[in-house]
Amino acid sequence: MTKILSIKDLHVDVGNTSIVNGLNLDISSGETHAIMGPNGSGKSTLAKTIAGHPDYKIRSGTIMYRDHDLNDLSIEERSNLGVFLGFQYPIEIPGLSNTAFLKAAINAKRKYHNLGDLSASDFLVDLKEKSRMMDIEQKFLSRGVNEGFSGGEKKRNEILQMLMLEPVLSILDETDSGLDIDSMKVVASGVNAFRNENTASLIITHYERLLNYITPDYVHVFHNGAIIKTGDIQLARDLEEKGYEWLTNP
Amino acid sequence: MSEADNKNKEINEFLNKSYEYGFTTEIESETIPPGLDEAVVTLISKKKKEPEFLLNWRLKAFNHWKKMPKPDWAKLSIDPIDYQAISYFSKPKQDGGPRSLDEVDPKLLETYEKLGIPLHERAKLAGVAVDAVFDSVSVVTTFKDKLAEAGVIFCSFSEAAIDYPELIEKYLGTVVPIKDNYFAALNSAVFSDGTFVYIPKDVRCPMELSTYFRINEAKTGQFERTLIIAEEGSYVSYLEGCTAPMRDENQLHAAVVELIAHKDAEIKYSTVQNWYPGDEDGKGGIYNFVTKRGDCKGENSKISWTQIETGSSITWKYPSCILRGDNSTGEFHSIALTNNLQQADTGTKMIRLGKDTKSKIISKGISAKSSQNTYRGQVTMAKGAKNARNFTQCDSLLIGSDAGAHTFPSIDVMNSSSILEHEATTSKIADEQLFYCMQRGISEEDAIGLIVSGFCKEVLNELPMEFAVEARALLQVNLEGAIG
Repeated sequence: MTKILSIKDLHVDVGNTSIVNGLNLDISSGETHAIMGPNGSGKSTLAKTIAGHPDYKIRSGTIMYRDHDLNDLSIEERSNLGVFLGFQYPIEIPGLSNTAFLKAAINAKRKYHNLGDLSASDFLVDLKEKSRMMDIEQKFLSRGVNEGFSGGEKKRNEILQMLMLEPVLSILDETDSGLDIDSMKVVASGVNAFRNENTASLIITHYERLLNYITPDYVHVFHNGAIIKTGDIQLARDLEEKGYEWLTNP
Repeated sequence: MSEADNKNKEINEFLNKSYEYGFTTEIESETIPPGLDEAVVTLISKKKKEPEFLLNWRLKAFNHWKKMPKPDWAKLSIDPIDYQAISYFSKPKQDGGPRSLDEVDPKLLETYEKLGIPLHERAKLAGVAVDAVFDSVSVVTTFKDKLAEAGVIFCSFSEAAIDYPELIEKYLGTVVPIKDNYFAALNSAVFSDGTFVYIPKDVRCPMELSTYFRINEAKTGQFERTLIIAEEGSYVSYLEGCTAPMRDENQLHAAVVELIAHKDAEIKYSTVQNWYPGDEDGKGGIYNFVTKRGDCKGENSKISWTQIETGSSITWKYPSCILRGDNSTGEFHSIALTNNLQQADTGTKMIRLGKDTKSKIISKGISAKSSQNTYRGQVTMAKGAKNARNFTQCDSLLIGSDAGAHTFPSIDVMNSSSILEHEATTSKIADEQLFYCMQRGISEEDAIGLIVSGFCKEVLNELPMEFAVEARALLQVNLEGAIG
């Protein structure tokens, strides 16, 4: 078991507002962590900070990803080294087909690691299998990235991208919001297929529902930009029953 | 060095490398002194050993041009052009005309190699026949024999004036008359060379035809004239490409293209225009003032224009169709990309005279940095154009916050059975789109390229396969340094 992510006393500002305040979190390979918390507690800020979004400034503290200080790496380097962010609101890119986009992403990563382009046939075989697994029809793949996709299709497409890019650390930002129960099961099966002893997941969610299908090793409760309680799946169940009030306002 | 300086340096490096055709060829040229009067017009015609009717036609155009006011209706700011400071004729020194590749100066061939245009027939560029125009004259035309077998004439305009004077006399100026506009009149007076294509009845041209235009000499203008005639039931697909060296002064390119499609004929005309766009301060670059028009003369004829306009400091062109024949079709597919201080005012005119005519206009404008990009279109449905249909889609994409996109559509309908549709959008490459791509490992430059090629997809799909790849690469190169 090796350490994949190590966050020490992290403070993050957006504009002049401090959103993350003194966060500590360690994630090792093979682990799945869930972060829960009320709206505005800083969960999505954490996800975007790890991915390197330019609007989120680290005021102090460090995020180590394996041997790298993430602050030294560009957005695309983080990705090419295995950090994946499943977006809460996946972006549409009209006219650029999902297939072309995925191929560009995979080949960018391969280039970063000094590998040649993936052969078209290997790529298509892999894509066919994984899109079937995520219940995405072939015709969707030739449409523009997320163009005209329903909420559920967009989220399943995020998981498809994750499976295709084979990251080490997958951060899923409210991937369950707006999903019906069937789509949620499909998303969960994708995430479970990704779990193995070499990878790690950080799942950000409001609700316990998704965690019934993806059992996390740890559940953290986020409040005012820091973790105020850590437990296991039982903590998520308690939250579902009692709300956040008993923790945030004892 | 501060971070900002570093970033600037990076951007400058991108920009400097972005125009890779900016070299000049050291070659001995015969260039007439700058200046324009009747004697110069006569000299051009004499040098080319043209028939008498053509000289008279040129002089008529020149005398008319002198009286014409300079057009100022376009949304362009153009420094005054000193027409007396331009040389109207320059050709690589060479005895006699080129008759085969062996006679062509190796330096010229080298230039075209650098441009990625293999002229050697043995290179067999995917079966594309090439005509190459260097400064004012056509240097060499490939695959002549194979085309001749099919009865297709594909040669320089100068050769055509000597070998096929009856065709030139019959068709020249019938689509773009000499009095049409200021630059067309100038071109008619001084045009130096260009391409002539004739497709006989019921012949499907066996290969793509292509002309590459290159301005090499300093202080010269390029005024080429292209004439394509498709006889009844014939088909031809033609592509032109353009490059020029980087120079500090502006150079004028004023071309005229005339297309004639007879009954059941189809002409597909594609342009990849990559003239030198000037530097990031707007210094230098080509003034690309071009008149292109097609005449769908016969019934069921079809003319389709596809243009990828990425170069030139100023572009002023409106490839148009006159839909004269009943049931004829005109199409216009355009990508105009402007960066830095480039200006483009481009679009089309679809003039509907015949019954049941159809036209489709797809225009994609992309503007980055401080550039200005204008779509100007005119759709006219004449009284007799019963049941005519037009569909226009006009999309603009802005990169950064200093660029401008403008749309001036004009629609005239003079009958009650025509149907018109017009759709227009303006969008911006959002930071969140870039972040999304970069989170997937794609660099910012590549992300912009992907987003732009997605935006342009419908038009890129119209290009012949091998050129679509080139066009994509060209868009990417011309966008380098667009964000910073």
